[in-house]
Amino acid sequence: MSSENIHTLVVPKILNGTVIDHIPAGRALDILKVLNITGGEGWRIAVLLNVESKKLGRKDIIKIERRKLTSAEVNVIALIAPTATINIIENFVVVEKFKVNVPEIIEGVIRCPNPTCISNKEREPVKSRFRTLSKDQLVFRCEYCSTIVTRDDILKLIIR
Amino acid sequence: MFYSLQIVALDLGIKMVTSFKNRDVVSILDFTRKELETLFEYADKFRKVEGKLNLLNGKVVSLAFFEPSTRTRLSFEVVAKRLGADVVSIIGEEASSIAKGENLADTIRMLDAYSNIIILRHRYEGAAKYAAEIAENPVINAGDGIQHHPTQAMIDLYTVKILFGSIDGLVYVVLGDLRYGRAAMSFIYGLSLYKPKKLYVVAPQLLRIRNEVLQILKERGLPIEEKNDVREIISEADVLYVTRIQRERFPDPMEYEKVRGSYIVTLDLLEKGKSTLKVLHPLPKVDEIDHKVDTSRYAAYYLQARLGVPVRMSLLSLVSGVEI
Repeated sequence: MSSENIHTLVVPKILNGTVIDHIPAGRALDILKVLNITGGEGWRIAVLLNVESKKLGRKDIIKIERRKLTSAEVNVIALIAPTATINIIENFVVVEKFKVNVPEIIEGVIRCPNPTCISNKEREPVKSRFRTLSKDQLVFRCEYCSTIVTRDDILKLIIR
Repeated sequence: MFYSLQIVALDLGIKMVTSFKNRDVVSILDFTRKELETLFEYADKFRKVEGKLNLLNGKVVSLAFFEPSTRTRLSFEVVAKRLGADVVSIIGEEASSIAKGENLADTIRMLDAYSNIIILRHRYEGAAKYAAEIAENPVINAGDGIQHHPTQAMIDLYTVKILFGSIDGLVYVVLGDLRYGRAAMSFIYGLSLYKPKKLYVVAPQLLRIRNEVLQILKERGLPIEEKNDVREIISEADVLYVTRIQRERFPDPMEYEKVRGSYIVTLDLLEKGKSTLKVLHPLPKVDEIDHKVDTSRYAAYYLQARLGVPVRMSLLSLVSGVEI
């Protein structure tokens, strides 16, 4: 029996919801965190860690029943797992499949770590805005104060 | 108004050019070398003009300075008045509705409604860019936190041009607080538009140049090298640009005490350099330059401060749609 069959047996298909595939190994729990999914929602959620992958060697997969992701949520996933693919499932069938894409400009998703950046000023109707310097290395520059944010900083800077 | 401005401008041998018109001035990096050279050509002409001109008659210039300033604010005020504009000012947060809790966005909207150009100094990085996104009229950054001071950089580059005839091909040493000093950073950004032979940066360990700045300079291919001691390279220098330690930016006063007085430029040091060496400083200076230097042939910082007037006259004219 192939390892793929074992996974199919362990994790059944979902009726409606989202499958996030091709997550770099070890990032699935971070994604659940930024999506504010705790398990207390009552939906069926499958989290597969360190699954064999032809593309990535190892990967993580998340299956979430009854939850469709917003475009803002997809943008957040792109910053943590730039290789991820999103599958939208309806009646057990994949109706939409797309790769996440790290946008050139990221607005209102991560806050600037510089406390004296105008985007952190109280009572200002200003959204944080970062320009992507490297999609592969995940390096971003604040459009207001030029502070550089890298892959390791992102998780703690996500605006919830 | 546009028509009458044009007539006045043409009478003075001034042509109307559109590339600067209504432009925000947020960072020196928003400008090209060619644009700066245009600005400097006009500054050359303004240096020869005395008294009041009427190029900005009927215009109102807002000065919104939420941080202390002497030269920048006064020179902008003098410049606006000499060009014939009226001036309204907010000096400090306590004198405006910001003290009542009004945000910067609403303050900018009001200034935008009452005036034609907003000149803004603010302690938050990105404040001028944010204001420029809100205002319909041009916003000129007169300093945003530790980040940009583009008009100071214009003045500094123009001073070098006056002193040496060219900005290219010289060896520059920038000494001081490179972590918090926006004038020094803007000067270095400005140099990246030119072809300096070499740029040395010298700073106390705690005040070394920030990563994001190095990243920008690397992208722009500036021949920059960090050094620990100015004495190692003073003999090569054409321009020594000195800055004050920006005490007000230190989150911890103990950190300031660690670096206070860690460098001082003396005549003894300068005499080890070229006889044509010039010292620039955006001012105010505290104790980083020995006062004996002030009256020596090396001191160019008082000339630099004076050149603030023609350079800012040029900029306000250009942004208003008048070029000489």
